[in-house]
Amino acid sequence: MRSSRWFNILMQVIAVALALLFTTLVLLASSAPPLDAFKNIIIGSVGSWGKFSDVLISWVPLLLVTAGLLVTFTAGLWNIGIEGQITLGAIFTTWALRSLQDSGWPPLLVISISIIAGMLGGALWAALAGALKTFGGVNEIFGGLGLNFVATAFNIWLIFGPWKRPGVASMSGTMPFDDALSLPALPGSRLSLVAVALAIISIVIVYFLLKGTYFGLRLKAVGKNPRAAHLLGVPTWQYMMVSFVVCGLFAGIAGAVQVTSVYHRLIPSISSGYGFLGLLVAMLINYQPIWAAPVALFFAALNIGSIQLPVVLKLDSTLAGVLQGTLVLFVLLADGVRQRWIKKATTQFEPQPMPLLENESGKDKSQ
Amino acid sequence: MTFDILLISLAGVLTAAAPVLIAVIGETISERAGVINLSMNGTILLTAMGGFAVALATGNIALGFLAGMAIGALVAAVVAFASITLKQSQVAVGFILALLCRDLSYFLGNPIMGASGPRLSSTPIPFLSGIPILGPLFFKQDVMTYLSFILIAAVWIFIFRTRPGLMLQGIGERPAAAFVRGANVNALRYFYTILGGAIIGLAGPIYSLSVKAGWKGTISGLDGIGWIALSITIFGGWDPIRAAFGAYLFALLQWLGLVLQPILPGVPSQVLQVAPFPLMILTLLFVNIGNAEWVERTLAGLPEPARRAITRILRALRATPPASLGVPFETE
Repeated sequence: MRSSRWFNILMQVIAVALALLFTTLVLLASSAPPLDAFKNIIIGSVGSWGKFSDVLISWVPLLLVTAGLLVTFTAGLWNIGIEGQITLGAIFTTWALRSLQDSGWPPLLVISISIIAGMLGGALWAALAGALKTFGGVNEIFGGLGLNFVATAFNIWLIFGPWKRPGVASMSGTMPFDDALSLPALPGSRLSLVAVALAIISIVIVYFLLKGTYFGLRLKAVGKNPRAAHLLGVPTWQYMMVSFVVCGLFAGIAGAVQVTSVYHRLIPSISSGYGFLGLLVAMLINYQPIWAAPVALFFAALNIGSIQLPVVLKLDSTLAGVLQGTLVLFVLLADGVRQRWIKKATTQFEPQPMPLLENESGKDKSQ
Repeated sequence: MTFDILLISLAGVLTAAAPVLIAVIGETISERAGVINLSMNGTILLTAMGGFAVALATGNIALGFLAGMAIGALVAAVVAFASITLKQSQVAVGFILALLCRDLSYFLGNPIMGASGPRLSSTPIPFLSGIPILGPLFFKQDVMTYLSFILIAAVWIFIFRTRPGLMLQGIGERPAAAFVRGANVNALRYFYTILGGAIIGLAGPIYSLSVKAGWKGTISGLDGIGWIALSITIFGGWDPIRAAFGAYLFALLQWLGLVLQPILPGVPSQVLQVAPFPLMILTLLFVNIGNAEWVERTLAGLPEPARRAITRILRALRATPPASLGVPFETE
């Protein structure tokens, strides 16, 4: 077993090296100096306190959605609708803020209510994807994708229609809220420690929920083999619905943070792609909550670090996405190669695992 | 006069639907073999950029389309390798590639952004284009739109009326049975996934060399089309003719969105452009709801004539995926 552990680490190192090599080749293909590009990403992310606080600002929503996605992944669900859930969270937060901004209530109370409203918005959109799956037989991937588009359309309609700025509506979003209605930020920075705390508390909750509770164990059973879990008395579809709703709550907080702490208004691309990036983070950490915080921080650093690439090196800032994507791809491939080798080495001595009940039809043994 | 304009507009809908339709047919072939190629959104962007870059550099449009096919095949080969050989989740690898290829296309396409390049011109077919109504609709199109018409029929005939097509259905439905009959299931799955990828790879260059000529990076308006095409594949029930119906319906709705714009000035154009999506969800719901258990139970409680009528409607709409879609095949 020890040797397979070292083998595992070796494969991971090879995967990371290959991802760096591939990104270097991409840089060379666009005749850019690779070392300069990597150096710029590092300086651009941790070169100064200002840059690093930007990394933390971007870390918060990413960690929040990753925390939520770990719950749906444990239930065996691909919650691609996460982008729409962030958007609905932001919309509900904006709605609450707009309704209460002239109420004269203490700002702290208004902000708290608006974040809770955001959580409800995210949960509602996630429950819709869950209902489409459990009652409509619509796979969560396709239902989620459709709901993402609907959420975007709804958001844009609000920004250009009922919630447009006095005068002319524009892609720059709704009228910014009063400073008093944003999460308290550190002096001279946009970084809010409250938002950071929300993210850390969320991932800790998810860690204990999945690793330390009976609910987490049963959810895992549902994810591994729904039919067997059902036969053992786990209410399968209810568990799936709950996992959708829990994920939506966290996505809703992410949306609320985007409004109350980052943009101070509703903008068309309010989810900023954090949902899809969170899916990548969850895959890269092999769905282990313990690694979510550091890996999400690394991904946030890549995003922030690449922002200055267009200015300094005339390169597109999507280099961060290229590096993140290849990293996850090569880790996935390396894991497949490792499993294949281990299986080859042990196949003569160990009995083959029984086919999963769920996938019976496709795993018919032919001999 | 107005009728002529309507005719030209409808011909434009057929042109605009061609890339989505071709992508859906490529995906249908891949999924019929049991492999979901979820990378489609990234593949379309990357092939749009790559195809345009090659056509720009060589001045040859045909080479642009070939480059698109090669890129599409390569991405599909990664999906096939990860899922068939390494037995990793098809959804995972496809999703990663969808994001990776999108970012690659924006990054690598940065230098050629906004460049004006070659553009596919229309090729009216002699005699046929002279037929009233049908001529301007179907026979004054470009080569790729003709290809989209041909693919609908050709792929339908291949899947449902030929022996290799029967085997293609077999490896997606009951791979074990196909194996017993002498099919090399995994080799065939590789072949059809890569073939499907090459066909999907045509969709990108059709945009960048014809429908939305040029490469404009993030404002190309192509991000999202691959996800739509995936939904239409489901809507199409893995049948090229039904898929064509879905693709044309979608293109028609988008065109209607543009037409309705002046009539509904209060609604921003961005909303009308995405208006087909709620409809898409609803259709997905109708297509799938027949598969849900509670529907059958509820129907059993209804009076006989109502039950029979509803069952008939649901059965007509229903689309059941290939039984082994997404499931790896092992021979030992």
